Amino acid sequence: MSVTLDHVTRTVDGTAHIRDVSLTLERGTLSVLLGPTLSGKTSIMRLLAGLDKPSSGRVLVDGKDVTGIDVRQRSVAMVYQQFINYPSLTVYENIASPLRVQRRPKEEIERRVQEAARLLKLEPYLNRTPLQLSGGQQQRTAIARALVKGADLVLLDEPLANLDYKLREELRTELPRIFEASGAIFVYATTEPSEALLLGGNTLCMWEGEVLQHGVTPKVYRHPDTLRVAQVFSDPPLNIVGIEKKNGSVQYAGGINAPATGLYADLADGAYRVGFRAHQLEVANGAAGRHAFSATVTVTEITGSESFVHLHRDSQNWVAVLHGVHEYEPGVTLHAALDPDNVFVFDAADRLVASPKSIAFSSEVPSGSREENASNKKNA
Amino acid sequence: MSTIPGRRIIMVTFLFFLLLPIYWLVNMSFKTNNEIVTSMHLWPYQPTLANYRTIFTDESWYSGYINSLKYVIINTVISISVALPFFNLYSAINLFDTPWAVALAHCIFNVPLAVWILEGFVSSVPREIDETAFLDGYSFPRFFVKILIPLIASGIGVAAFFCFMFSWVELLLARTLTSVAAKPISATMTRTVSAAGVDWGLLAAAGVLTIIPGALVIWFVRNYIARGFALGRV
Repeated sequence: MSVTLDHVTRTVDGTAHIRDVSLTLERGTLSVLLGPTLSGKTSIMRLLAGLDKPSSGRVLVDGKDVTGIDVRQRSVAMVYQQFINYPSLTVYENIASPLRVQRRPKEEIERRVQEAARLLKLEPYLNRTPLQLSGGQQQRTAIARALVKGADLVLLDEPLANLDYKLREELRTELPRIFEASGAIFVYATTEPSEALLLGGNTLCMWEGEVLQHGVTPKVYRHPDTLRVAQVFSDPPLNIVGIEKKNGSVQYAGGINAPATGLYADLADGAYRVGFRAHQLEVANGAAGRHAFSATVTVTEITGSESFVHLHRDSQNWVAVLHGVHEYEPGVTLHAALDPDNVFVFDAADRLVASPKSIAFSSEVPSGSREENASNKKNA
Repeated sequence: MSTIPGRRIIMVTFLFFLLLPIYWLVNMSFKTNNEIVTSMHLWPYQPTLANYRTIFTDESWYSGYINSLKYVIINTVISISVALPFFNLYSAINLFDTPWAVALAHCIFNVPLAVWILEGFVSSVPREIDETAFLDGYSFPRFFVKILIPLIASGIGVAAFFCFMFSWVELLLARTLTSVAAKPISATMTRTVSAAGVDWGLLAAAGVLTIIPGALVIWFVRNYIARGFALGRV
């Protein structure tokens, strides 16, 4: 089975929520919708589910036009960011609800509910009502209901966003494993780049109602087509600096001159923008071959195992991430360094012209086999 | 009933205390201010009509009474003109003097009230619950009975409470639309007043019995009401 959006646009009260999106999702794949709030992730899901109708364009299932067909006729399950269950039913009845509506035999319902409950560790709570559960258990109930239905299309709309850190970690590793077996089409919306990387599969990078890039997650991460994709797929925010290449050297905005080594060597003369993620910015007295800057510390955030150092340099704010605890007082001047082999270079139209060379990726939109993603994740 | 000892004494004492302020009001109205502040008499020593003369001659005083009278009359006229068409209508279709007559007439007031209360509860149910139910395959009637009604149970309790209370104490329509067969208890209670006086015991007993259904309703919906008052639009 496959689901296709064919030039779908959705406009509400004159505001475009989705602009001319075309995509195809195949059976047995996990697709991550990655984008900031209001980028259209939920809108895409509602269109895929059939909860909303496109203003123009078609929704196809296995090549058949299903635009405007009632959601009850489609094989779709959805988990929302809010914990949505039926408050008046027990957890058991909540999970059994789609099967009861399908009028499945009693034994089958019992078997499938117990199976889903075991998978999501809900067995001790089957006789409680959702409001007697913790947030994580409530969301697991909602996920179990989506799972037990055996739908062809499962939509997870930021399902872990309202959970605490530990539960999120736990469910995030469980979810791909849980859904892998069912062979359905999974769509998972998130605002967090790290979540997309952990889930693997394919990533659809979204911005203001458009799908900017669709590809295997590590490929989108390492080879963002545009500066915008790199920005969406970076947390902390992508650091940016302008450069001008001329006569075999690069001039960084704010007046640092360096030889055009590394990725800069092959660039044609002209103006570019260089993007680099927090971990690509080194805070050190530059090793050989690095391009060195001096920048002022504005604030240091320490998470426990990592330190995020916010720097200010020539009207630009940068963030560097360091392992371990580093406490820099605000106002201190630090040496920051860039490896010219480890940056993203974008041309005047913000298109990627050079990216760190690591693994070569095929350029076609892949089906995203799990083994390949697993190996990529390690290198990511 | 008259054999209960002290019954008359308690009733007379009660009435005495009830009427005392009224007597005192009337008494004072015939006194001069000087007499009111200087002495205390059970009746005026120097009766005067000056107070009443002031009210009937000073425009700022009597216009107040006229205003009050105006809106009371308008209100009464409107209330009765609402009630009378019901009387005509029900007479024409032989509904007059049946429980249906009053029940239907009360709907005119209770239905909007119930809609208003329930709307608040229904709109507090997240849209996602509807959608999840439809994605699960629920038909609308099944969703309504299995999911929605349990969710807004406290709202239904509150709405039922208000409808009951309105209907139970409403007298105007109930009296207009019934004569003998379907006469409500509040109308029947006026029978205790006769030429021979008021049958207090009977009136009190009827009053007690009138309280019971209301108390029962509150008892049954009290949990819903506590939640309902806190949640919805009451």
